[in-house]
This record gives sequence, structure tokens and C-alpha cells, in this order.
Amino acid sequence: MAEPLLPVPLLPVPLLSVRGLTVRYGSVTALHGIDLDVDAGELVALVGPNGAGKSSTLAAVSGLVRPAAGTVTVAGEVVSGLAPERVVRHGVALVPEGRNIFTALTVAENLALGATIRRDAAGVAADLDRQLDRFPILRDRYGQQAGLLSGGEQQQLAIARALMSRPRLLLLDEPSLGLAPRLVDLVFETVAQLRREGLTIVLVEQNATRAVELADRTSVLRTGRIVRSGTADELGGGAAMAAEYLGEAGVTP
Amino acid sequence: MTTLVQALVNALNLGGLYALYALGVAMVFGILRLVNFAHSSLIMAGGYTLVFTASLPLVVRLALTVAVCVALAMVLELVAFRGVRSAAPETMLVTSFAVSMLLSSLAESLFGALPRSTDVDPVFRESWTFGQIYLPKINAVTVVVVVVLIGGLGLFLTRTPAGLRMRAAAEDFATARLLGVAANRVISLAFAISGVLAAAAAVLLLGANGSVTPTFGFNAVLFGLIAAVVGGLSSLRGAVAGGFVLGAASQLLQEALPVGLAPFRDALLFAAVFCLLVVRPQGLIRSGQGVRV
Repeated sequence: MAEPLLPVPLLPVPLLSVRGLTVRYGSVTALHGIDLDVDAGELVALVGPNGAGKSSTLAAVSGLVRPAAGTVTVAGEVVSGLAPERVVRHGVALVPEGRNIFTALTVAENLALGATIRRDAAGVAADLDRQLDRFPILRDRYGQQAGLLSGGEQQQLAIARALMSRPRLLLLDEPSLGLAPRLVDLVFETVAQLRREGLTIVLVEQNATRAVELADRTSVLRTGRIVRSGTADELGGGAAMAAEYLGEAGVTP
Repeated sequence: MTTLVQALVNALNLGGLYALYALGVAMVFGILRLVNFAHSSLIMAGGYTLVFTASLPLVVRLALTVAVCVALAMVLELVAFRGVRSAAPETMLVTSFAVSMLLSSLAESLFGALPRSTDVDPVFRESWTFGQIYLPKINAVTVVVVVVLIGGLGLFLTRTPAGLRMRAAAEDFATARLLGVAANRVISLAFAISGVLAAAAAVLLLGANGSVTPTFGFNAVLFGLIAAVVGGLSSLRGAVAGGFVLGAASQLLQEALPVGLAPFRDALLFAAVFCLLVVRPQGLIRSGQGVRV
């Protein structure tokens, strides 16, 4: 998984560059000025225990939370401080924790909303077909109300919906949370496949072992700071790293 | 039989009006979680527009009324509500009270506290009689207007991309914005639609009453809000259902109460609403069921 199958476009700057990012919720500081670079085509995992600031990082990058300090640039353009509906137009798509699909709307409507920022009807139709091929269950359930889908199906819908915006950078927040083992496999296979297709991905996971092994690089967060970064080997292998930094909870047997 | 049909006609008329008020309140609540008391100010503005354009042809007056209500709704959103959008719901509620008081005082200082009257259209004073059943033409107009507006709104919400974005924003605003739904535009649009509904309410109310005062629309919005709460505040279907249920219940009490108790009709009606909410606090239609906006 170390070699990308597609040539990665060379940019003079990292696709995502985070500098001194600080996030506060009232008097609580969730993120203490972290730095993070993600090159185009890279898969970077963010791991760490609950409350380490993983989700806050994604929320700040996607514009859901306005950072108290620091900058976020995407392909050289500053996006920190922009509203989420502006950030997505810079090619950033977030699959939030808990999926947040629109349960009262149909699968079709959820997917259509994923393409809100696009004006190329033909391209949208082609992408819709591609995502329905990727997740065949969504084709079967296309006309159904999304609230009737199972947890695994909802996760597939959430990922497909994010891909409908044709992002340059995909942010995945705990995509395997609460899923049965078979579906966790499916999610990780999907992430690996998207990476092979050349998509740049930031993956937040509690399932640290698998995330570290899948990722090109991993950053370990603890109480709002990045305490270690590197490849799986540099971190001493996924399982060892998980045991050392996260305690037993982060290790998958 | 005649009494029954007559009561049905009246209930349909009153229910339609309540549904119209309730929809105006629920439209904004669904998106912004704001109970917009200033909806009454929109109805009042529509009323005064009809009074001051009395010399113009009816079509022009109606168009101006809609234009004034929609413009005022969008200006209020921009000036009064945009700044407190992320504040606590109580802050927004108090803001909407303040706005309606302010505009009502403004109307009083500009136009006086006395009723200003106008004739919307002679048709509104005429009626049909079928045997013993008395059917004012305004009732028919009311029902047609309400049905057309509800139907049109339903089609807009379910068949257009903008309507889809509104339904998404009503269910989960943050996620909708993540996908690129522009918050300002969706909220503006919700206020604009509430403006159209307020304009229709102004025309129908004025057509029935004939005069407008600075507090014109207060009672309408109060009943609309209660109807919306009865139906389930965050569901448009609920608002419509609540409107018709409240209207029918009110008419039923009107018919059934002995003369001595008639002045207490609204008190009894609200007592019934109170009981309903104790049994079913989420209203008749829970959000999440059916189309939620």
C-alpha cells in the first residue's frame, strides 16, 4: 500500500497545510496550535484517545468551527475563517462522525445534495453512476428514505455523498465507529481504494491499528497536541504504536 | 343537516386561515429554530399597503402587497435576525418580540392608532346562498388561496433543487452547509416565503375585517403559533394539520357552546390545546415523520 498506483500531481505546496491551529470551545482549549501537512495523494491518519482533538481538527479544517488562532490552507489558498459552504468550494469534503445523513430525505436526495456546489449536470450524472457502482446497496435503496438504512448503509451513503462534490481532500471522521466487523472491513477497503484512485485523505480513527497500517503517515494527538508523527514503521508498527500511545483501548486484536 | 354543512364550511374557512398563519411561523422555525412573532408585522405591513393603494387596480395592489411583505421579511432577516442567528433561541425570540413591538409602534406614530379601512374587493362582501346555507364568497376565496399556496409550497419543496436544499437545511443545518448549501440564501428564502404567506393572510384578513390597526396580525400569529405547536412546530405538514384542527375545534365550540359560555370559547380551546400537549408534547406530527421543514 506504500506505492501509489496513480502518478500524484506535483504541487509546489502541500495540498493541505495547517499551521498553529488552535480551537477553543468557551474556556476549554481543544487544540493547542498544531501543525500538519498533507501532500496531494497522501493518506494521513490522525489517531489518539477520546478528546485528543481529532474531530476538532477536521471541524476547523472544514469550517464548521472557527479557529481561535492559526491558518489552514488548501492548495495554497487560505480557507481558515471561511464558512463551511465556502470551504467545500475549495475541494474539501468532510464525512462527519455519526454520518449525519438526512434521514427524512431519500438516498437519491442525499446524493443530489452532495453535488450542491457543482454545475456540470453531465459530470454529476457520471459521478452518481460511479458511486452507485462503488456502493451497490445504494443503488438498491436509491428511492428509499435514508433513515430506514442500517448503520453500515448510512456510512456508505455518507461517503458517497461526500464524493459527489468531487473533492480534492476527503476528511473522514471515525468512519468505522459502531459498525459490525464485516462493515469495518468494507469501510477500510473503500478508503484504500479511494487512496489508490489518487484522492488525498485525512482519516480520523479510534481503530488505530488499522488506520496506522493503511496510512502513509500517522500523527498521534493527545490533549490537543501532536505528540508523534511518522510512518507505521517509524512508529514501531501499528499495533505497537497503538498500545504505547493509546493504551489497550486502541488495539484491535 | 344544514347546520352541519354550514359548520363545515365555516370550519374549513377558519382552518385554512389558521393553517396559513401557522405555515408562515413554521417556515422560519423549521430553518432557524426562531419563533418569529414579527410575522405579525409582515401581515400588518401588507394590510397598510392595501389601505394606501386603494386607488389602484386590484392586481397591482395584490402585487404591491406581496412585494412589500417579501421585502420587509428579507430586510428584517438581514437587519434584526442575522446578527443573533447563532445566539440562544430565547435571544432570537425576544428579538422577534422587539421587532414586532417596534414596527407596531412605528405604524401607530405614522398612521395613528385608529383603524384605517379599505375595500379590498366588492366580491369579498358578497355571498352565495344555497337554500339555508350561507356561503360568503370570501370563504371560497380563502380556501382556494390556502390550497393553492400549500400545494405550490409543497411542489416547490419536493420538486426543485432549492426546495431540496431547504428541506436538508431544516433537518440538519450544519451538514447542509458542509455540502455547500449557503446559509444566508436558504434563510433569506425561508423569510421570503413567509412574506408571501403573510401577504396572503393580510389580503384575506382585510377582506373579512375591512380595516387595519397597528396591532393587525397579532391575534393571527398567536393562533398560527398555537396551531403550529399543536401540529408539531418543525413540520410543515404539522402546521397545516394543526391549523385545520384548531379551526375545526374552534368552530365546533362556537356551535356547541351554550350562549352563556360562548365568551369563553378561546379559553376552552386553549385548555384543550394544553391537554393535547400534555398527552402528546411533540404535537400531532412529530418531526422526522414525513416531510420535515
